[in-house]
Amino acid sequence: MNMKVMNMVQAITDAHDIKLADDPDVLTFGEDVGVEGGVFRVTSGLQKKYGAERVFDTPLAESGIIGAAVGMCAAGLRPIVEIQFSGFVYPGFNQIVSHVARMRNRSRGKYGSQMVIRMPYGGNIKALEHHSESMEAIFAHTPGLKVVIPSTPYDAKGLFIASVESDDPVIFMEPKRIYRAIKQEVPEEKYSIPLGKAKVLTEGTDLTIVSYGAMIRETQRAMVMAKEAGISVELVDLRSIYPIDKETVVQSIKKTGRLLVVNEEPSSCGVAAELIAIANEEAFLSLEAPPTRLTGFDAIPPLPKGEHFYFHDAFRIFYEIKKVVEY
Amino acid sequence: MLFKEYDPHKEKMLQVMDNDGKIINPDWKPDISDELALESYKLMQFERTADTMTVSYQRQGRMFTYPPNIGQEAIHAGFGKQIRKQDWLVPAFRELGMMLLKGAKLSDIFLYWGGYEDGSLFSGAPNLLPISVPIASQLIHGIGLGYAAKLKKEDSVIFAVVGDGGTSEGDFHEALNIGGVWKVPVVFLVQNNRYAISVPVEMQTAAKSLAIKSCAYGIPGLQVDGNDFFACYRAAQDAVAHCRSGKGPVLIEAMTYRKGAHTTSDDPSLYRTQKEEEEWELKDPVKRLRNYLIAQGLWKESDDEPLLASYKEEVEKEFAVYENYGPYKLDDVFQYQFKDMPEDLRQQQVAYEKFLNWREAKK
Repeated sequence: MNMKVMNMVQAITDAHDIKLADDPDVLTFGEDVGVEGGVFRVTSGLQKKYGAERVFDTPLAESGIIGAAVGMCAAGLRPIVEIQFSGFVYPGFNQIVSHVARMRNRSRGKYGSQMVIRMPYGGNIKALEHHSESMEAIFAHTPGLKVVIPSTPYDAKGLFIASVESDDPVIFMEPKRIYRAIKQEVPEEKYSIPLGKAKVLTEGTDLTIVSYGAMIRETQRAMVMAKEAGISVELVDLRSIYPIDKETVVQSIKKTGRLLVVNEEPSSCGVAAELIAIANEEAFLSLEAPPTRLTGFDAIPPLPKGEHFYFHDAFRIFYEIKKVVEY
Repeated sequence: MLFKEYDPHKEKMLQVMDNDGKIINPDWKPDISDELALESYKLMQFERTADTMTVSYQRQGRMFTYPPNIGQEAIHAGFGKQIRKQDWLVPAFRELGMMLLKGAKLSDIFLYWGGYEDGSLFSGAPNLLPISVPIASQLIHGIGLGYAAKLKKEDSVIFAVVGDGGTSEGDFHEALNIGGVWKVPVVFLVQNNRYAISVPVEMQTAAKSLAIKSCAYGIPGLQVDGNDFFACYRAAQDAVAHCRSGKGPVLIEAMTYRKGAHTTSDDPSLYRTQKEEEEWELKDPVKRLRNYLIAQGLWKESDDEPLLASYKEEVEKEFAVYENYGPYKLDDVFQYQFKDMPEDLRQQQVAYEKFLNWREAKK
């Protein structure tokens, strides 16, 4: 395999490139996606290469973008649509919940929603209102949607290719905080990573941390502190919020006896709550401490001057690690 | 009358002065005093000074992402000057001059873009809704305000503002449609600055103008030269008169050009040409009004320098209010989520305070 150093943006661009070349039914569109190549430059250069029929700008209309993709899917195309920030998806939410997620069931399998809806999400980038949220749970809570969140360039490329090839709709949430922060050797060739599979990043014995997206990197920083304190952490990157990889998560909890979930979402009724339910249902007799979560607050992510209160750093994560281990 | 004369089907744009500031359409020149014209010029210069300096503060790392208004000042002065105390302004996010005229302080604007929610409080500015980032969503709030004004028999007009890109959102349609049915006193103002980030207005609609969309909702529409202060003032005046007469909303499309970037994170060289920028430079709203004032003997070119110097000082003072605002408190995250904070949320704050104490002790 030929390897190339890429950041996450480049890895996702590369995945687009491969799928656009490989399948004439693939097309991509959204606001500022064509000429400009996206505000984060994820689709940069693709219009030049594949033409404005397959890579194009749309009017400023999220419901229109997503609803059009529903029709394209019924006609057999395989659209990738970009929502500029996850905070702007809501005008298109009706299409997602009422049609994207339901078309296969409603049409008794005759039509599917073989589309990817991409959106940068997550905070701590000194952004404006509506540019920092982590609302993955509302998608995972919607029957009929797959929800994928990568944490590295390598995973981003492989998961994205699998998402485009999925015959069911994938909400592909990109942790914008680490879009360019991590560089990694990524194969230039096509490869895919199966959806619905978590990955054990570090093995450990005292505590399982399940995390994903930009929080993986912060957790790894906290694990350095934990190691100094003599605590051995097993880190699981969930990668797929739905379907959720119970097997990997449960196996890890059974081994360590403790669970801490680390993410950026609001606390109530979230992905972390789901993981804790899994721990209770499937690993109850192995638990040595209550499964617990470090999430955001049930509060709007603050504007830049206050975001340090909301978004976790290594200290905050280490503090929770200690609490769970010392329970 | 204005709306009849400039029926969008006629594809005419209301213009009162040319690029050199010469009055070419005296019939529609608003009847305003020299003082008001001069005051408006000064406001436009103030807005431009504030904007230019804010972009440079951003470049110095003293401000976060900021969307400059440069090029759109005539709209803000022309419409802003019509807004009375009992009227409402429902902004999007590129209406600095209008917000200042509504009573917002420049320091509020700095606080907001500088990362404090407190910047949306606008103490001393009644009837001003916070900045609305989700495109076009705020227009529908204008309908609700208009309905309330009618119900309470208040003489208020609502100015609801959106950009050209926003006219593609479903909310734009719903706002104009409901507004027409309910006959609410709302001036829908579209600042057509030609670009929604990188996407030109030609890619937003197949219609001949944005003003012509008014026809489908049964309300008057008008296209106005948004870089012509007098035309903007006149359009606003007649729009307000229409609303106050109980005939319902109007749609005004103000043709302008965003001279700066979408925000400080944007690079316009990716999607527009220097030639186009130069063409629009000739229509610059500040220069046009200045040329008019000079021709009338109301202003001298040399008057600009002391004016701009005093504005620079004023902007610096307002920026200092922001920079000295003090630390963001944990309470600021929680205290406005609800009027009565749920116990669980209070516990989340308490738990975080415990962490802060632990961290403090570790230092």
